[in-house]
Amino acid sequence: MSATPSSLSQATVDWRLPYRGRVGMLCLIAAETGIFSIFVVAYLFYIGKSVTGPMPKDVLELPIFISVCLLSSSLTVHLAVKSLARGRLAGFQVWWFATIVLGLIFLVGTAREWHRLIYEKGLTISTNLFGTTYYSLVGLHASHVTIGLVALSIVMTFALLGKVKPEHAERAEVLSLYWHFVDVVWVVVFTVVYIA
Amino acid sequence: MASDAIALTPARVASRPVVEVLHDWLITVDHKKLGLMYIGYALVFLMIGGMEATIIRIQLMVPHNTFVSPETFNRMFTMHGTTMIFFMAMPVMFGFANYLVPLMIGARDMAFPRLNAWSFWMTAFGGLLLYFSFLGGTGLYGAGSAPDVGWFAYAPLTSRAFSVGHSTDYWTLALLVSGFGSIGTSINIVATIVSMRCPGMTLDKMPLLVWMNGVMASMVLFALGPLSAAQIMLLIDRYLGGHFFDTQAGGSAVLWMHFFWIFGHPEVYILVIPAFAFVSEIVPVFSRKAIFGYPVMVAATVAIGFVSFSVWAHHMFTVGMPSYGNAFFVLTTMLVAIPTGIKIFNWIGTMWGGKLRFATPMLFCIGFLFQFLIAGLTGIMLGAAPFNWQLSNSYFVVAHFHYVIVGGIIFALFGAFYYWYPKMTGRILNETLGKWHFWLFVTGFHLTFDFMHVPGLLGMPRRIYTYEPGRGWETWNLVVSIGALFQAAAILVFVYNLIASYLSGREAGSDPWDGWTLEWSTSSPPPDYNFAVVPTVRSRRPLWDSKHPEDPDWKYE
Repeated sequence: MSATPSSLSQATVDWRLPYRGRVGMLCLIAAETGIFSIFVVAYLFYIGKSVTGPMPKDVLELPIFISVCLLSSSLTVHLAVKSLARGRLAGFQVWWFATIVLGLIFLVGTAREWHRLIYEKGLTISTNLFGTTYYSLVGLHASHVTIGLVALSIVMTFALLGKVKPEHAERAEVLSLYWHFVDVVWVVVFTVVYIA
Repeated sequence: MASDAIALTPARVASRPVVEVLHDWLITVDHKKLGLMYIGYALVFLMIGGMEATIIRIQLMVPHNTFVSPETFNRMFTMHGTTMIFFMAMPVMFGFANYLVPLMIGARDMAFPRLNAWSFWMTAFGGLLLYFSFLGGTGLYGAGSAPDVGWFAYAPLTSRAFSVGHSTDYWTLALLVSGFGSIGTSINIVATIVSMRCPGMTLDKMPLLVWMNGVMASMVLFALGPLSAAQIMLLIDRYLGGHFFDTQAGGSAVLWMHFFWIFGHPEVYILVIPAFAFVSEIVPVFSRKAIFGYPVMVAATVAIGFVSFSVWAHHMFTVGMPSYGNAFFVLTTMLVAIPTGIKIFNWIGTMWGGKLRFATPMLFCIGFLFQFLIAGLTGIMLGAAPFNWQLSNSYFVVAHFHYVIVGGIIFALFGAFYYWYPKMTGRILNETLGKWHFWLFVTGFHLTFDFMHVPGLLGMPRRIYTYEPGRGWETWNLVVSIGALFQAAAILVFVYNLIASYLSGREAGSDPWDGWTLEWSTSSPPPDYNFAVVPTVRSRRPLWDSKHPEDPDWKYE
């Protein structure tokens, strides 16, 4: 046993492992993928199985503008993280803020769409199977956008207080991974709900 | 090295106020304390779930028994299943993973200590919610109490119309909340294994326990999502008037079955792979040989992980599927037998020609090997669709999955308790009591679950609260119930041993079993910081290397 310290502590060169925050976020994304997959499957499975109307084609309109906004926000958050990594703090704040604004526009758009569906078209979550699956799937996504916006805003607050430094770029990137995931999910939701 | 660690450990303060100690445990983010809390929490639920099982067995001991009412009986089997799977088996496996993974990879703590604490408290809160249903389940409707819909809660029984009051809501919320906890801790386990290994510990040098817990945690990530999604849908149905599982509005009850079993079958492997992990660490140490076929063991574990996600509908053969659906799920189910069989051969290969030491941990592992094999064989029987049509929902199924969970998982778990208890407490569990525990439990287990197959074959369905005399079921049920009493006695011996050995057990020292993995290189119990010096490893058995510098493993690997 006395020989242990020497043989257990030989230095090896260049021991680098992946950043734990990145691994953790990828794991969270894996778990979220499971949740979203089930909601997507339920939506697809119940297409055309509603006993009463309204049906999707009667009430849905393509949300092109807000989709463009949300997808663009992936680009802005990427540019923000790049700016931070290169030490351009002003650039980081501008792009980060743009991401929040674009996300907010998306949420407002979703809210307007729901308002129209509920008050003009009479479609609620309990109206029929389409309503149940539509509001759950889109709502699950919108709740993820909301959580993302809260997280982005917290970072924005710290940035305005001057607490976000270039050495935090790796952490900001972890949050941007989540935001990219939310965008990718929207591509899937858009495809199955508005196109399929 | 061990003496270094001890020397650096601050002397224990003799007596601190109880409140202060409790406060320490309440706010802790230390992986060892959280691991022990997971394990202690699971043991409490083991006792509760065991009492529920005992009530079930007393009720079924003789025909026309009136020990409990039919309603209570339904609550007992629902609570027994839910408790044992979600609040006993999963937390105890997470507890061991939390405690052992950082120690075995030479890390200071988990990757995200605060997430770890959050996950534990979510799980704890979920368990409290489930049991609060005994008080709160009545709700405003004045109906219902604890959940009584079975542990897989098939639709439409869970709809508002058939499940009044709040009992089902407590069930679904408890599973949702503890599910988030499970996801949190699994994220932590994977991130810890990927990012926190000590220098030199490449993936092919990780202890098998770490590998297998990594696979288990990855499976949790993919399996708990569908469960959580299904629970959210059930809540939407029950609270917002949704129609996911509402057959009157075009919804599908079968969809719930798919969603539940997409989680439910991987869940079995989520529980059994950590059991494999224990056996893969204990068998080599008590055979004095390195594990046989390490790369194959890793490959087989990963293969089981993948295949287990494609077998779920073998729980649904009697629902009626197209013939190619049946064929697919029969074949994938049979496929599981290949990697599992490889593992069994590898453990036997490890023991073959070894210098076997039949200490209590090893006894439990040998019990595991035999019983898990039989459990796998009845699994193959039930995996064949025509056989399944005959015996689905009978006591044969109950006997089969208890053979897996008790005969396999629980036996390996007890082995793990005897093996790592010295590390966790600094004391060795009493061997004489351990032998009593083992033989009482083996006797009780076989009395209960061997003979439980027979009433199943004779047509006794599961979940009936009583039965008519004269069907040839009486003797079998009586024997099964007597076996349950033996098991209860064994558990009491075990709990007594845990307490008595903690108070006055033999001092363990840092390495009581002459082990080979890093956790045995630090003191027992380990200091807060685990390792005074970050270890560096060169082989799969770093302590073998340090104990035998003339013949280290890394020369051969």
